[in-house]
Amino acid sequence: MSQTINLAHGDGGELTHQLIQDVFVKAFGNNEESKFDAAIIPVQQGKIAVTTDSFVVKPLFFPGGSIGKLAISGTVNDLAVSGAKPLYLTCGFVIEEGFALKDLKTIVQDMADEAKKAGVLLVAGDTKVVERGGCDGLFINTTGIGVLTKETETVPSFEVGDDVIISGTLGDHGIAILTSRGDLGIKSAVESDCAALNTMLEKATAVSKQVRIMRDPTRGGLTTTLVEIAEDFGVTITLEENAIPIKDGVRGACDLLGYDPLYLANEGKAIIVVAHDDGDKVLEAIRQLPEGQDAECIGKVTDTSKGQLLIETPLGVKRALHRLSGVMLPRIC
Amino acid sequence: MREILNQSSNPEIIKPMLELVMEKAEMFKQRFHRKPVFMEVCGSHTHALAKSGIKQALKEYVRLISGPGCPVCVTDQRSIDSMIELSQGENRIICTFGDMMRVPGSKYSLMEERTKGKDVRVLYAPTDAIKIAEDNPEQEIIFLGIGFETTIPILALLMQEAEKKQLTNFSIWMTTKLVRPVLEYLLQSGEVALDGFLLPGHVSIVLGEENYSFLVDDYHISGVIAGFEPAELLSSVQKLVQLAYDGEAKIINDYPSVVTKKGNSAARNLMARYFEECDEAWRGIGTIAKSGLDIKPAYRQFNAKLKFNIKQQEPRKTKCRCGEIIVGKIDPEECPLFGKACTPRKPIGPCMVSDEGSCSAAYLFMRGLG
Ligand code: SF4
Ligand code: SF4
Repeated sequence: MSQTINLAHGDGGELTHQLIQDVFVKAFGNNEESKFDAAIIPVQQGKIAVTTDSFVVKPLFFPGGSIGKLAISGTVNDLAVSGAKPLYLTCGFVIEEGFALKDLKTIVQDMADEAKKAGVLLVAGDTKVVERGGCDGLFINTTGIGVLTKETETVPSFEVGDDVIISGTLGDHGIAILTSRGDLGIKSAVESDCAALNTMLEKATAVSKQVRIMRDPTRGGLTTTLVEIAEDFGVTITLEENAIPIKDGVRGACDLLGYDPLYLANEGKAIIVVAHDDGDKVLEAIRQLPEGQDAECIGKVTDTSKGQLLIETPLGVKRALHRLSGVMLPRIC
Repeated sequence: MREILNQSSNPEIIKPMLELVMEKAEMFKQRFHRKPVFMEVCGSHTHALAKSGIKQALKEYVRLISGPGCPVCVTDQRSIDSMIELSQGENRIICTFGDMMRVPGSKYSLMEERTKGKDVRVLYAPTDAIKIAEDNPEQEIIFLGIGFETTIPILALLMQEAEKKQLTNFSIWMTTKLVRPVLEYLLQSGEVALDGFLLPGHVSIVLGEENYSFLVDDYHISGVIAGFEPAELLSSVQKLVQLAYDGEAKIINDYPSVVTKKGNSAARNLMARYFEECDEAWRGIGTIAKSGLDIKPAYRQFNAKLKFNIKQQEPRKTKCRCGEIIVGKIDPEECPLFGKACTPRKPIGPCMVSDEGSCSAAYLFMRGLG
């Protein structure tokens, strides 16, 4: 087999077959479900949850992960924070002509590993090869299917005093990606947090029946996600600045670049809002897993009549936090 | 495990410091029947004072004015328009600091030019511009050189590299600003009455403590060189209040871990090698004599202003009042566009563009409570 992907790999002929056999089937295993044009999977009782996401991260490999790992964990997490148990994934690849086969194999293996860890099956896939310049290396789309095992409320009932928990340090993924692009002139030892969170979140909901909402603060970071929760449900959330866990490496890089860690993307973190009585139980449960070991309670629901996000600085001054306006750009001085 | 708390943001340390400032300010008020007024001359201070909540906590006690400390905000609209105009030519790569991207020009911003396909690159490490020039011999690389004494040494470094490598496709569009001339302008114009300056930590690394003695000698006004952490800022504000209360004029270096008496003479020498003083136009102020640096004639081959013929046009008039804000005449909230037509998402003036701009700091950190 040639060492790079060419257009014939995507034309449905011999080379396509070879690619599927050598790369995808080898890694993902040949499930009974995937022998047909469409995957046939049994229907469960109750409701199903479906989500889809496209991954176009640059660079494709970064400290702590790769586009492959991300494509699995990202979609698994979207299902898991909705309270669904992720079961099946499909994946679509758009590959640029000339892409190294070796890299493709690594990426596909990362996907297989992460899927195994998360306990989900890859049941259908598609590969397209585009001409050089038609895309940037490789794009992946994954669609996830999960089942809702418990009846989850569609409108959570928040109460004043509810705990706001974050499952670990913030901004790791954002800084790992930014610094691994190599154009920052700074290096950092920060690794992306990208990881599937379904096991951890199952633990959380197993110990508490009073989890109000779970979200993963990806693009736009903690602030953007919490502003959305606050506005959507008309609650005031007040964070305690000093309680928010941030790695020194992330803080340092942010100081240099003029970024705010509360707006940086995370790919392996969840926000859990839970009744105060159960807060400690949830913290204890998720801290037992590596992906939740740095979890902290970072704030509270302080009002249920006005939708806003506040942060209390160490000086005891409260200020409002807002969505990111525009893109974050490095500053001059 | 929670990371160890940074001492400088430990409430047990900084809350008493805040109370001390309030106490002193109260004493000042009793004696002078008004609040003490200080100006911070550094965008990063504006940002830090707002973000930490210091400015808000002290609102009733001390008036803190954001001065002309942000190079983007003080850049004259004509220069901004010219820099954006530069991107119009063929075979050019415009290299810039991030802040410049969203600054609104009379017609477009650089960001909009980039979406239209112009090659505008945000550099994290300015020296990358040299590499870009080497890698793209067919293209003209133009670096937008704005900044105060913190940034100018970096521009000098670029000049040194370009000279060493004998680059012929690299140039800098200089519109740099110097701190001392604008402070003198403010003091002479008498437009705002000040009790002291919170002096910029970063700029002072280059300039050194001694450089500010003119404040005391010529104007009998105090200055305290401050760091950026809440504890450092509070310490410096407290010193300013004390000096004002005592009626004493003095320069205090309250950031001695990084600022020395003499500053960084190597950086200043490098600047002096390539640049010379020139008159600069400041937004809302007009031209101040010898308030900027331009490339010396001996290095004219690197001077983008001479290399490219950009016609300067009368800028479009807006109701933006940044000019008055950066000299402390009005507060951002007094601009009728503030938070309405003008927000960080759609800035009308440069003060709303980047986190350190006075309007943006006011919008992001002080708006919408209660
Ligand atoms: S906005 Fe940019 S240029 Fe202005 S002070 Fe801040 S960092 Fe410096
Ligand atoms: S609010 Fe906007 S328009 Fe008004 S002074 Fe500030 S930047 Fe200019």
